[in-house]
Amino acid sequence: MQLTTKQRTKVDWFLTILRVIALVVICAGFAAFVAQMIDSQNPFARWANPDAINLTGEQFQGLVVTGLAQGAMYGLIALGYSMVYGVLGFINFAHGEVFMVGAMTGAVTSSKLAEAGYWESSFVLCLVLVVVLSMVVCTVTAVLMERVAYRPLRGKPRLIPLITSIGVSFFLQNSVLALLGSTVKSYPDLPDWLTDKRTFLEIQGSKILVVVVAALAMAGLWYLVEKTKTGKAMRAVAEDAEIASLMGIDVNRIIVKTFAVGGAMAGVAGILWGLLFRSVIHTTGFLPGIKAFSSAVVGGIGNLGGSMAGGLTIGVAESLGPLMILEPLGVSGPSQLRDAVAFAVLIIVLLVRPSGIFGERLPPEERT
Amino acid sequence: MTAAGDFPASQDAAPAAAPRRRLLEQDWRKLLRASAILAIAQVFIGLSGMPVSFDRRLLIDPILSLGYLSLLWLPLAVSYWVGREQVLEGMTAYARGGRDVLAGAITGAVGNAGLTLLVVGITHFDIRDPLVNWSPQLLGILEFEESVWLGALIWPAIGAGVGALGGGMHWASSRITRTTVIVLLSVFGTAVLESVITDLSQGFHIEAVSDWLYGPKRGLTYPAAIVVAAAAAAIAGGIAAYRAFLARTASTSGQLGIAASGETSANRVRWRRIPVRRLVGFALSAAAIVVLPLFLGRLTNELLANVGLFILLALGLNIIVGLAGILDLGYVAFFAVGGYSVAVLTSPGSPRFDLEIPWFGALFAAMLLAGLAGLLIGAPVIRMRGDYLAIVTLGFGEIIRVLLLSDWLSGTFNGAQGITNIPGVEVFGLATVRGFEPRSVLYLVLVFCAIAVYVSWRLENSRIGRAWMAIREDESVAEAMGVDTVSAKLMAFVTGAVLGSFSGAILSAKVGSVFPHSFAIIVSIVILVVVIFGGMGSIAGVIAGAAVLIGVLGGPNQPGLLQEFAEYKILIYGALLVWMMLQRSEGLIPSVRRARELHLDEMNQDAWLRAQVAADDAGGGGGGDRSEGEQP
Amino acid sequence: MPMLEITGLHVVFGGLHAINDLDFAVEKGEIVAVIGPNGAGKTTFFNAISGMVKPTEGQIAFEGRSLLGLDPNKITSRGIARTFQNVRLFANMTVLENVMVSQHCRTRQRILDALLQTRRFRTEEEQVRARGKEVLGFFGTRLTGYRFDQPASVLSYANRRRLEIARAMATSPKLILLDEPVAGMNPVESAELTQLIGKLRDEMGYTIVLIEHDMSVVRDISDRVVVLDHGEAIARGTYAEVSANPQVIEAYLGQSADGS
Repeated sequence: MQLTTKQRTKVDWFLTILRVIALVVICAGFAAFVAQMIDSQNPFARWANPDAINLTGEQFQGLVVTGLAQGAMYGLIALGYSMVYGVLGFINFAHGEVFMVGAMTGAVTSSKLAEAGYWESSFVLCLVLVVVLSMVVCTVTAVLMERVAYRPLRGKPRLIPLITSIGVSFFLQNSVLALLGSTVKSYPDLPDWLTDKRTFLEIQGSKILVVVVAALAMAGLWYLVEKTKTGKAMRAVAEDAEIASLMGIDVNRIIVKTFAVGGAMAGVAGILWGLLFRSVIHTTGFLPGIKAFSSAVVGGIGNLGGSMAGGLTIGVAESLGPLMILEPLGVSGPSQLRDAVAFAVLIIVLLVRPSGIFGERLPPEERT
Repeated sequence: MTAAGDFPASQDAAPAAAPRRRLLEQDWRKLLRASAILAIAQVFIGLSGMPVSFDRRLLIDPILSLGYLSLLWLPLAVSYWVGREQVLEGMTAYARGGRDVLAGAITGAVGNAGLTLLVVGITHFDIRDPLVNWSPQLLGILEFEESVWLGALIWPAIGAGVGALGGGMHWASSRITRTTVIVLLSVFGTAVLESVITDLSQGFHIEAVSDWLYGPKRGLTYPAAIVVAAAAAAIAGGIAAYRAFLARTASTSGQLGIAASGETSANRVRWRRIPVRRLVGFALSAAAIVVLPLFLGRLTNELLANVGLFILLALGLNIIVGLAGILDLGYVAFFAVGGYSVAVLTSPGSPRFDLEIPWFGALFAAMLLAGLAGLLIGAPVIRMRGDYLAIVTLGFGEIIRVLLLSDWLSGTFNGAQGITNIPGVEVFGLATVRGFEPRSVLYLVLVFCAIAVYVSWRLENSRIGRAWMAIREDESVAEAMGVDTVSAKLMAFVTGAVLGSFSGAILSAKVGSVFPHSFAIIVSIVILVVVIFGGMGSIAGVIAGAAVLIGVLGGPNQPGLLQEFAEYKILIYGALLVWMMLQRSEGLIPSVRRARELHLDEMNQDAWLRAQVAADDAGGGGGGDRSEGEQP
Repeated sequence: MPMLEITGLHVVFGGLHAINDLDFAVEKGEIVAVIGPNGAGKTTFFNAISGMVKPTEGQIAFEGRSLLGLDPNKITSRGIARTFQNVRLFANMTVLENVMVSQHCRTRQRILDALLQTRRFRTEEEQVRARGKEVLGFFGTRLTGYRFDQPASVLSYANRRRLEIARAMATSPKLILLDEPVAGMNPVESAELTQLIGKLRDEMGYTIVLIEHDMSVVRDISDRVVVLDHGEAIARGTYAEVSANPQVIEAYLGQSADGS
């Protein structure tokens, strides 16, 4: 459709005010944070928050690394959202549940492996096995989902598949609850060399592992999309499905492959969740799923690099935001507001840049 | 639609006897596929634990529990589905017969072999670690507490029997099929409605009826089930005979009748011409609604009050989603605003304020605050694309819950402990509505439902309602035609928010306390399912949807008639939402417009056909514009 | 002073110069045709006037007041209505509702009026209905009677085009922009509609700008013709003048092979 004119109506003024408020809060919070970092007895910091305390460099670094690790995980999930949105133009709300299925698969297999004693004796091999298994299960879930719930809805108004995917999401979540029960499934203990604070920059090994695995997965995906024939076909379908089909591309197969790849990435992300948090329940997929979608939007939907960057942005923001912005402003219990911060980032980004930080890549008819 | 749909069939049904197929002339691939799906689904149902946890609830005293029913309905449905054939123009329509029964039986038997595998599997392996329901209890139910052999062999047999029934439905005339379905549904309904019927018969002092109907352990007794079935069959037969009579009289008036019915159905869209019959029906049902609660017991009143709360919520969301076409997934935020404003303002236990103002005053404040929340949430999202809007509203809903739960605002909202001691509603010194008197709550809910229905009905047929519909159809054209889309959409948010806040306000007075977890995202989703299940944009549909879903399955935090479903409620909601979107996206009772939107092609065909008939009738010229028929 | 005056209009999409330095003016009571080959920027030109596209540069003034930066609905309430090339009706609303909703900017009832059924609501509702029937009646019996309550989606193509014009008329405009009003019509229907467009001006007093490919229509009703090519006005004048212009012929038929 066409571009809309920039008007100045009451709503626009209101939005401008909102933008300014967001900016002022962020700046004030950050200024207070800087002030209290310089000196916690600083009058400005005291004024903002009477109980101002110093954040140690170590804590700060820990927060950044945690944020990056979680962000990498969000980024991997976001890829699935982004790819499906690029090809089909709808939000696959249930993608977060695919991620949860992956984390569950990982929990079940890794605890079985640990029972048999392999987990400790050959950790790396086990990890690879668990990751591959989780990818397979997630791929199957995602492809089945497409076949059963979404394919019959091709060409319907866009909100119809979106609503369907909400149904799929709750169905998957509660199927897992019904089949596997409501108890928390935990991952076995990681080997010492991963849980110790390493001498290298004092970073926990497991977090480095998470970032490395995410980077590997991302590289694989990049190769698939940019260098292979399938990837070229995917990009063509994302650009214009009808024309692509006229050029001899089997659109259905490409869509299935897109879901499969997205599912596989969610499977990897599920294992990363397991490495980071070590426990899973059936509701695990919901919030990370929405945050990952937010990451995709923040980075610019349809844009794969953007999704990863968006994931890192949301991850770091929700990890640092409460302590760097809210806490200096005297908000008590700021880390309870992590989720609120993540959504606030989404809303603020959409207020300031409706097409995401890195710009969206959408098929022509979706560009409004 | 049905009138025109039946019309061509009645002409084409006449030709010579349709060819028959031999018994084994089957579409084996389709059978195999259906059996595989059935097998997987049956194993899933078994492992989900439904048979075990539903087994407590008896439907027909000694023979059928809800647990076994959960394993019986799917073979019936799938084997019926296998027999369905779409006969397109030019294709041979085969006669139905033993072949269809066989197809159903094979599907049922092979599909249920999945349960056989499950029986064998459970006896020989133990994978209870991940699969919690891989249990001796499940095995016990599957083998009827007898032996493995019985368990392994009986399920394919049951499947064959039930499947034959399902396949046979194609063979039987539609009248028999319909009667069968009505009989099954009424027996099931009487069994499910046990608590309500018991309650009612106590209210009317005819306990003898319920004592006779239901056994001591709940569930219909044998003879009662037979009598109910017979009564249902008689009624169904009577209705069918009456219909046949009507059809005969109608056909004598010829094709003109069909053309005329086409026009009246179009006229029915108009709100101004309400037929007298409908008015009388409306008045009678209104009277019934007012009088009935007096005869109902606590349990039923409580149940109806819960249904009413969700009707209120769903009507509010219906304005946003159904009329204006904005997919708001954070609707629970307005529910929360209503609930918490009343709690903070009226409760002596409210941590910050000690106002204790009366409920109606608080309600007014809640409406204002909810309207404001509607503006605040609506304004930033109003220009976003539909699907972004869905996620951002979801985010807002979650932000509000997180804030209610937080330490930061616990000075006002008391965090996870919530606000308790909320007093009841003093209705101008005449009566008090309190949670422990469900009847009074029900009346309060009914009053607000009436208000919400009135508001939805009036607005739909006004300037703003037309603007909403235009926006739903094509936003940029609506804007080019002079509709101020931004303020119209904001109005939708505000109106929906105010209706939602009613529900919250009543909830907090009813329960006497509010907690953040009562306002989780799942509430939004359940309301959305109610609206979609009932029919987007349709007031009657939304009410029916709430009655069926909330009444039978229960709300996110409220039990329904089938309390055993509690753990599986959301699972069923999810499946229902998907199924509804795939099979009947216009909902249970579609709004006239919505149905049009989703079945445009069929509607166009029907309209074309009607125009043709009308034109032919008028002697090929005379009235009307024939160009419709000539278009390609 | 011209009713609509456009000076130095540029519309740029990315690298594409859809409208390039266009000057354009319409006097009250005129019928002006905008013609040009496909992709010449005609529809973009309409979109820019009706506010659906943001001009990159230039000035658009209606009755002496600038239209720049106004929402499409504000522009409609100033008195400019339009139709769409690819008929865009509210397909699931009835014919009558289609013309009722487009009186939105001429009506004032509020939500409370509708809820309380005030006198204002009732009289206005009656007026809106009556006015809707009146504009539909402009097309004879084609859109009246039982058609009032039919969904727009069941109408024939020609009737949809008529309903679009009726919908534009219902906004009580001064200027109507018609985007290919006779496209897809057969010659009889097309001739009839041409006559009606003349009546729109003569009897209803609307000023009309239309985009049209059917030259017989352009010849029959337009007072002036503007030819667009690559977003630029390459010729102006009466139909006779323009049709003799070699540049116009070239734009339509392309340059001869040796010339390029």
